[in-house]
Amino acid sequence: MSRATSSLPRTIGAHAALIAYTAIALFPVVVIVINSFKSRNAIFRTPLSPPTPETFDLIGYTTVLNQGDFFLYFQNSLIVTVASLFFVLLFGAMAAFALSEYRFRGNTMMGLYLALGIMIPIRLGTVAILQLMVASGLVNTLTALVLVYTAQGLPLAVFILSEFMKQVSGDLKNAGRIDGLSEYRIFFRLVLPLVRPAMATVAVFTMIPIWNDLWFPLILAPSEATKTITLGAQLFIGQYVTNWNAVLAALSLAILPVLVLYLIFSRQLIRGITSGAVK
Amino acid sequence: MGSLTIDNVKKSFGKVDVLKGIDLEVKDGEFVVFVGPSGCGKSTLLRIVAGLEDTTSGRVMIDGADVTVTPPANRGIAMVFQTYALYPHLTVRANMSLGLKQIGTPAQEIEKRVAAASAMLSLEPYLERRPAELSGGQRQRVAIGRAVVREPKLFLFDEPLSNLDAALRVNTRLEIAQLHRRLKATMIYVTHDQVEAMTLADKIVVLNAGRIEQVGAPMDLYNKPANEFVAGFIGSPKMNFIDAAKLGEAQAKTVGVRPEHLTVDTASGAWKGTVVHAEHLGADTNLYVDTEMAGLLTVRIFGVYDAEPGSTLYVTPDPARTYRFDADGRRLA
Repeated sequence: MSRATSSLPRTIGAHAALIAYTAIALFPVVVIVINSFKSRNAIFRTPLSPPTPETFDLIGYTTVLNQGDFFLYFQNSLIVTVASLFFVLLFGAMAAFALSEYRFRGNTMMGLYLALGIMIPIRLGTVAILQLMVASGLVNTLTALVLVYTAQGLPLAVFILSEFMKQVSGDLKNAGRIDGLSEYRIFFRLVLPLVRPAMATVAVFTMIPIWNDLWFPLILAPSEATKTITLGAQLFIGQYVTNWNAVLAALSLAILPVLVLYLIFSRQLIRGITSGAVK
Repeated sequence: MGSLTIDNVKKSFGKVDVLKGIDLEVKDGEFVVFVGPSGCGKSTLLRIVAGLEDTTSGRVMIDGADVTVTPPANRGIAMVFQTYALYPHLTVRANMSLGLKQIGTPAQEIEKRVAAASAMLSLEPYLERRPAELSGGQRQRVAIGRAVVREPKLFLFDEPLSNLDAALRVNTRLEIAQLHRRLKATMIYVTHDQVEAMTLADKIVVLNAGRIEQVGAPMDLYNKPANEFVAGFIGSPKMNFIDAAKLGEAQAKTVGVRPEHLTVDTASGAWKGTVVHAEHLGADTNLYVDTEMAGLLTVRIFGVYDAEPGSTLYVTPDPARTYRFDADGRRLA
């Protein structure tokens, strides 16, 4: 920001608002993380204070790591998230390329049809999806989850990516055609690198709901071998007794991978969000 | 080798007819410029020649072979784009050699051609750089180099100078002219700038609203415009058009005189008028004179001429260089 457009009171005001917002957003996460390191009594007595030498306790983590197969749950979540993300980005980008690049009859209608999924929640179709999975023998497999999440993520991906692909210079694609590149090479080598920020945006928006989802794992893949981390954490929530140490420890651990993926994408993400605005 | 025949090509986008039947013959080694206002279809025509657009009907032939449905890569053409369209992830060298690699040219041959082209365009110091590290003029030279290494039958230029600043535009224009002289290749060049058209072309094709208005050498178009549109489009400042009825000429609808074919005098002349504004360019002076008989006229005087706005001047046309057009805009002999 140039000096001419900034003033001290305004800078302070802006920072105060942003700090307040950050605090509100981080508060639940911080509460979960600090309480996961405390003994059960301390969690209830002083839920907001950080762990002290007296209240510090790793019982939650030891319970989580010993009871149930947490590494398997992690692995399941990771497989489902990464595989779904891969298919959403691949198919979403390909559909977006076709919609933005080629003129064909029904192009607009096809675009609207593919975007329809943004407005209709996929959970409305749960019963039908379950019947479908039962019929095709995919219940209690990770494939079922990957298929459902790919379908869930595609509409937004197609919608966002086709907007970005329209901005990629037509001359560049034509130069590739004259140089004899196939449409696939034009797509993978010329267009995809240029829409990387948009891909990162889509990746983050797709990834977080999948990682956090409880609904479909509970319905389609509740078996021990296919449990995801969110479903696994439910193990410690009972009707009468809830092992809060374990629940909080499991949730703290569940934040980590998604945080790592977010950090990977975030640099690209910021460019993606601002790229339309400043030009 | 590289002749081009366009045979009754039509193109429609939905209900909009962009090209309404184009016939054109380009001989081997000619420099042909398509010129016209925006939306006249000149870029679409070039893209049809390149194979980037399909024709709705009609045929395109390169060297006598029908290429109407041949993909762009197999037509033996190379194209230079307005936005350079360099591959951002490749170095200058890789940008220039990609097309040859695609068709399986031996590495030695690629090396030789890239060296020759980069020497011709003084790109040697930049061969290992990426497009982002080059200036606009250098990028356009790389784009031209990428076309040169392919040794195409036809060079296609789509407004290559539009994104360059004025000084660079003149330099690059000169380079393209020299390139044509050295390679003796057939070149087709699209522009909306009539100065580029006049300075570069062997043959100018003036397009308007999807039709060819006139084809001819630059001086033919200037001296013998076929119609009112060509007369108004070629020449700068624009030709003055005067309603013939005001001048009492019965057989014509409009009378046209170029600004440089009008003379002024303070004492006597054909049309009396008042100076509205004077533009002093050094080498010449443009006067805007509001005449009683002929309306507002632009007069171009070579050298410096002092005329105060508001003063009275007499404007006289050169009768040998006055054009008459009928109601359809056609020039009367």
